[in-house]
Amino acid sequence: MDWWVIAIVAFLVAAVIPQKPFLSFVAGFSSLFLLWGVLAWMKDAGNEHLLSAKVAELLFKSPSPVLLILVTALIAGLVGGFAALTASFIRKKEA
Amino acid sequence: MRIIPLAASAIITLALIYLFNTRIGPAPAFGSFLSPQHGFWQNAEPADKDFSGEVALPQLQGNAAVYFDERLVPHVMADRDEDAYFIQGYLHAKFRLWQMEFSTHAAAGRVSEIIGDKAVNFDREQRRIGMVYAAEKMLKEMEANEFTNMSVTAYTNGVNAYITTLSKSELPLEYKLLGYEPEKWSNLKTALFIKQMTKTLAYSADDLEMTALKNVFDDAQMQVLFPDLQDSLSPIIPSGTVFEKPAFLPVSPADADSVYLLKKDSALKMAVLDKPSKDNGSNNWAVSGSKTKSGAPILCNDPHLDLTLPAIWFEMQMTTNTMNAYGVSFPGIPGVVIGFNDSIAFGFTNAGRDVRDFYEIRFKDESKKEYWFNNEWKQAEQRIEEIKIKGKPSRFDTVAYTIFGPVTYDASFKNDLTAGKAIATRWIAHFPSNELLMWYYMDRAKNYTDYYNAVQYFTVPSQNMVFASKGGDIAIRQQGVFPLRWNRQGVYVMPGFDSSYLWQGTIPLSATPASLNPERGFVSSANQRPVDGTYPYYIPGGYDVYRGQEINRRLSAMNNVTPQDMMKLHSDNFNGFADVVVKLMRKYTRTVMLTANEKKYFDMVMNWNLVSDADSKAATAFQIWYEHLEMNVWKDEFTQKDTLMHIVPDDYTLADAITKDSSFRYIDNINTPKVETVFDVFTASLKEAVPEMQKAEQANKLNWAAYKNTTVYHILRTSVMPFARTGLMIGGGKHIVNAAQHSHGPSWRMIVHLTNETEAYVVYPGGQNGNPGSKYYDSFVDQWAKGEYYKAWVMKRNETESPNVKWKIQFKKG
Repeated sequence: MDWWVIAIVAFLVAAVIPQKPFLSFVAGFSSLFLLWGVLAWMKDAGNEHLLSAKVAELLFKSPSPVLLILVTALIAGLVGGFAALTASFIRKKEA
Repeated sequence: MRIIPLAASAIITLALIYLFNTRIGPAPAFGSFLSPQHGFWQNAEPADKDFSGEVALPQLQGNAAVYFDERLVPHVMADRDEDAYFIQGYLHAKFRLWQMEFSTHAAAGRVSEIIGDKAVNFDREQRRIGMVYAAEKMLKEMEANEFTNMSVTAYTNGVNAYITTLSKSELPLEYKLLGYEPEKWSNLKTALFIKQMTKTLAYSADDLEMTALKNVFDDAQMQVLFPDLQDSLSPIIPSGTVFEKPAFLPVSPADADSVYLLKKDSALKMAVLDKPSKDNGSNNWAVSGSKTKSGAPILCNDPHLDLTLPAIWFEMQMTTNTMNAYGVSFPGIPGVVIGFNDSIAFGFTNAGRDVRDFYEIRFKDESKKEYWFNNEWKQAEQRIEEIKIKGKPSRFDTVAYTIFGPVTYDASFKNDLTAGKAIATRWIAHFPSNELLMWYYMDRAKNYTDYYNAVQYFTVPSQNMVFASKGGDIAIRQQGVFPLRWNRQGVYVMPGFDSSYLWQGTIPLSATPASLNPERGFVSSANQRPVDGTYPYYIPGGYDVYRGQEINRRLSAMNNVTPQDMMKLHSDNFNGFADVVVKLMRKYTRTVMLTANEKKYFDMVMNWNLVSDADSKAATAFQIWYEHLEMNVWKDEFTQKDTLMHIVPDDYTLADAITKDSSFRYIDNINTPKVETVFDVFTASLKEAVPEMQKAEQANKLNWAAYKNTTVYHILRTSVMPFARTGLMIGGGKHIVNAAQHSHGPSWRMIVHLTNETEAYVVYPGGQNGNPGSKYYDSFVDQWAKGEYYKAWVMKRNETESPNVKWKIQFKKG
């Protein structure tokens, strides 16, 4: 399964749970933000920030594990949020 | 109907997914790369990772296990050789897969597949020098021999067994960064690896550059600028050795003077794209029990190569029912490459002999199907090379193969300096041979006779093979196959229109420079010329003298030698070259013409103890001054007639020439009406150099380690600087026993004390795990930089419960 399965999951969950679009977005965004953020943070802690510092330096010219975890979480959040939002407009349509 | 917001939201969602799933420039797709389940986070190895496990595979024949010590060095305990080589392949793949594959792709001229069309010229050159051709020939020999067929096939199976277990999320980091996946390993890749090491060590001939310089200098001048012999040489085989009279000596063709030596070739200005470092060399020595404190011999080796992460070496022990060998291995080939076993120790330095020549070819026409040879048009074999390019259609390249070898340069292989000439490469590496067999026998050797028999299989790259045994013997041989040359043959590109310039044979193996238990109580080599001028065969090429001199000087003076003495010698920072040049600087600098500031730096160099320690400012000042001196002497003459400065004479040649003759003609700058004297050139060079010294001092970078900035780069070099280790506080450098330059130097340091219980001290500037996310990636670098070592644990079969064992992988058939 590829990384963008998170979009499908967020979409399906929002399709099944009725909510106003804005709240759907927030729910989708925050759940995926937290999922990837926490998973990344756990991996980072176990690795004692060894790799994240190097990769952050490589990608962002700043050896900041926190920055890297935030970007990781943000990507998931954005994709999850908009996927959920899309689903909420479908539901709204049917109402 | 909320179609519009739905459509907009859907489009944004899909656009985000697309954006994050696409590579932008060199950067990986952020979605997959940053995914905690699939991306680089999966390579963030837990600091407390447990490497233990069980692996059940059908290819295993018996029981075997790997015991890891705390440095992640695997000790393979197997009953059968096949299982040990299988497991070695598995382990190499487990810890170094990307490096193995990348290096063999480079060997095969397949880099464009990975990084795109930037690499096409490199790939074309690799194909055109016959790398794959040579590997194919070697493969045939490997598979025809029962031992090497067994070891390489088991090895390949082990590598592939590991690759099969990898899911996308478990791929090494570099695959994720560059965006590709590993392919299966093959026996051919092992042959390619060996040929690439051969290129690294036995390719550096300057024939093209030398031929270009003939536009400017005649052959007599060339012999002064690029001499084959040096007065200060302390040869590997001591002077005074009597060599057997040759049965046969080659004779130069009648037209050699007019057509070869004296001919000026203004059309020839090509550059070799990928030239191995001239510093690829090493030190090794063995001290006899007569000179050691314990009475047991000590053998040492430090091979000098580009310093990379992952390191070129992987440390391990392999125990089977036929061998118990410990040392370093090359991820890519089976066996222990430098190391020791229960009876003997062995090591290598590069011989640096010229085993590659160029021949000018005359094609009938652009099709390159026929060439002129011995008064007729001869058919050339056509080999069509397909170069696959990432994201683009393949590029096809037709290479003609002649009796000499592949035609490397021709009208279609262009670069900035191209000439229309067709030049074929004749290289000993193109001949069939099976070097892997030497290692099969050497890993199991028990005495001098076994060593002597093993080395016979080694043809190229020629190595100075040092040996010591618990039985008390020490020996060294410059083993290899060398073309039998008449005087000056092979220095320049030769005419390839008939057979008269072909190699007339090879030097008989009985004339191999060798030494066994010499009276002086030690053998050594440091890439110096193997023999002095009394050797009856012609050996072209320049060799360095200083490291060999210093090692021989130190070893001669030592008594009651201990391993600790050897550690000190590995880190000896005495600069033998500076010793010669500072004397000249002292003699020939007009101090009255110096400003106060310039005098300060002059005094610094004059007061220097000639030791290039990490904190030495004078070492840097000397270096900067010398570089200006070197340019001032050579640049004007060497850039005449548009000849580009690809090579200049060796440092030794300059130092020696001026020492002997203060009116050495090249001191004069021919571009000025004045005739410069030796005083002018030394003083002017210092004056030019001082601003640079000052700038360095102001930036706090005048001390030698800071200026040199010894760095271990990742294999992908400057594109991944966060994966490198920079600013290492280590002294030494070129011409120094501690040969640590900017990114080149002792890639392995080994001291083996052949007491009953072998005592070995080892270190390399890297780590066992090639994953930049692992704490074992660069765990040895600091120890190496400090000049310190680890004591190797030579595990015995019954030590499975030892506290040294940190993890265990049980292998079984299943």
